[in-house]
Amino acid sequence: MVDASQAIVSIQGLNKRYANGFVALKNIDLAIRRGEIFALLGPNGAGKTTLINIICGIVNASSGTVIADGFDNVAQYRQARSRIGLVPQELNTDAFETVWATTSFSRGLYGKPSNPAHIEKVLRSLSLWDKKDEKIMALSGGMKRRVLIAKALSHEPTILFLDEPTAGVDVELRHDMWQVVHELRDAGVTIILTTHYIEEAEEMADRVGVILDGEIILVEDKATLMRKLGKRQLSLQLNQPLAAIPESLIDLELELADDGQTLVHTFDAQRESSGVAEMLTRLAELGIGFHDLKSTESSLEEIFVNLVRKPR
Amino acid sequence: MSSDGMNWYGVKAIYHFEMARWLRTLGQSLAAPVLTTALYFIVFGAAIGGRMGEIEGVSYGAFIIPGLMMLSILNESMGNASFGIFFPKWSGTMFEILSAPLSWKEMLLGYVGAATTKSMLLGLLILVTARVFVPYEIAHPLWMLAFLFLTALSFSLFGFLIGLWAETWERLQTIPMLVITPLTFLGGAFYSIDMLPPLWQKITLINPVVYLISGFRWSFYGIADVHVGISIGMIVLFLSVCLLTARWMIVSGYRLKK
Repeated sequence: MVDASQAIVSIQGLNKRYANGFVALKNIDLAIRRGEIFALLGPNGAGKTTLINIICGIVNASSGTVIADGFDNVAQYRQARSRIGLVPQELNTDAFETVWATTSFSRGLYGKPSNPAHIEKVLRSLSLWDKKDEKIMALSGGMKRRVLIAKALSHEPTILFLDEPTAGVDVELRHDMWQVVHELRDAGVTIILTTHYIEEAEEMADRVGVILDGEIILVEDKATLMRKLGKRQLSLQLNQPLAAIPESLIDLELELADDGQTLVHTFDAQRESSGVAEMLTRLAELGIGFHDLKSTESSLEEIFVNLVRKPR
Repeated sequence: MSSDGMNWYGVKAIYHFEMARWLRTLGQSLAAPVLTTALYFIVFGAAIGGRMGEIEGVSYGAFIIPGLMMLSILNESMGNASFGIFFPKWSGTMFEILSAPLSWKEMLLGYVGAATTKSMLLGLLILVTARVFVPYEIAHPLWMLAFLFLTALSFSLFGFLIGLWAETWERLQTIPMLVITPLTFLGGAFYSIDMLPPLWQKITLINPVVYLISGFRWSFYGIADVHVGISIGMIVLFLSVCLLTARWMIVSGYRLKK
């Protein structure tokens, strides 16, 4: 758990039951650290967007509290909301407004006096400056996404929610956007993002939370998570195919693949690699030679899929 | 945020946004209602009015001016304000309004304030247009402006409520078309309720629009179907009910938040 003084967003006992009876969130406790990039992962319908919408004031919670930068998001909604920026999942923008007008509008809406210099800075950082006088409807999907980010940053929030920021965005633009997110983090903005691209979380997140069926099932530093739940595999391309694993090697975690041409050794990522050296020595003693070897690590995606698939 | 705790920048942002939307389609916003009103004057004022006698000493063409203004103001206030809040709900941009640090007061000041401004400008434009067709004098100009303001405000607020409530385009149209338009036509825009059979004179008094038009006509010509005090009382009552309902809807998030 995170020390409360470190937490910029602190959620306690949050529940959400929709009018139709659907329970979207079950007793969520979560603390987001100041200045981190937190990735919230979960399959469709797990409750990611509901959670974000409650924090931002778009959906009412059934029970529980949310404290944002020291302010209760219901009792002190003005202070809480003025510190939060939200980039929603859907590309919901005005059509007839210009990029400049819509970004300036957002700043005013959040209670800040106009500041053309700041708006210019935001638009430039998102490569939108040359589009500032264009109507939003003339922009591509990727550009509209950037406009939504610009709007969310217009009032200088300290907490930024990115709900599926790169959905429908091409690879190049996605990498640009990751760059923008890193720059924001460097500037002191706390970022909470949800994503379907686990690669994105792997690339960007400091910590990862997994939500499933309305419950947070795991919160962990990304590096720790990958060490704890990740697996490594060593594949050896044998000179002579084997019909079966030799009796004397049965204590090692070995499998045969490719009709006995490949020997696969699987071990936990956190374990020291001393086992590998021992295995190689014992193979040599048995005269089993190999001409190539390949080592692979499981990605965050594999870890995630295993977590979500696991019957609970 | 200013020292009085109000988010005035937010009010200004919404107000400007709504006015800009109106200015973008100025032709439609102003030309259409003005043209419609001109047609009314030509048909009712010039063609038919010529054959009608004076009503309580006022020519028929002049008599219908307050009613016609009310007709346009009611339609425009409701149309504008309901669209203003319904459209973001429909298009999805509402998320930004909901997540912004705005109270119910600021939302109303922005949206309803802009709709009221537009309706008042339109009403005054119709008044000027009427001058082309009929001569008239305004007996109580300040009261005229007060009625204009109160009516534009009340019905903009009412339109805002319809926009909050409506979940489909069809519903957005239902109340203005099926309730307000008939009430306006039956509210004495084109006649004095003295002209009705005695029973209908009583029945028509449950129509709130009668009080609006009567009061407004009094500010022009000093003649009224009901006492002007009752007219003002009815508008203020209607306004208060709308205000309380709007406050409840926004604070509770009814039809806004899931």
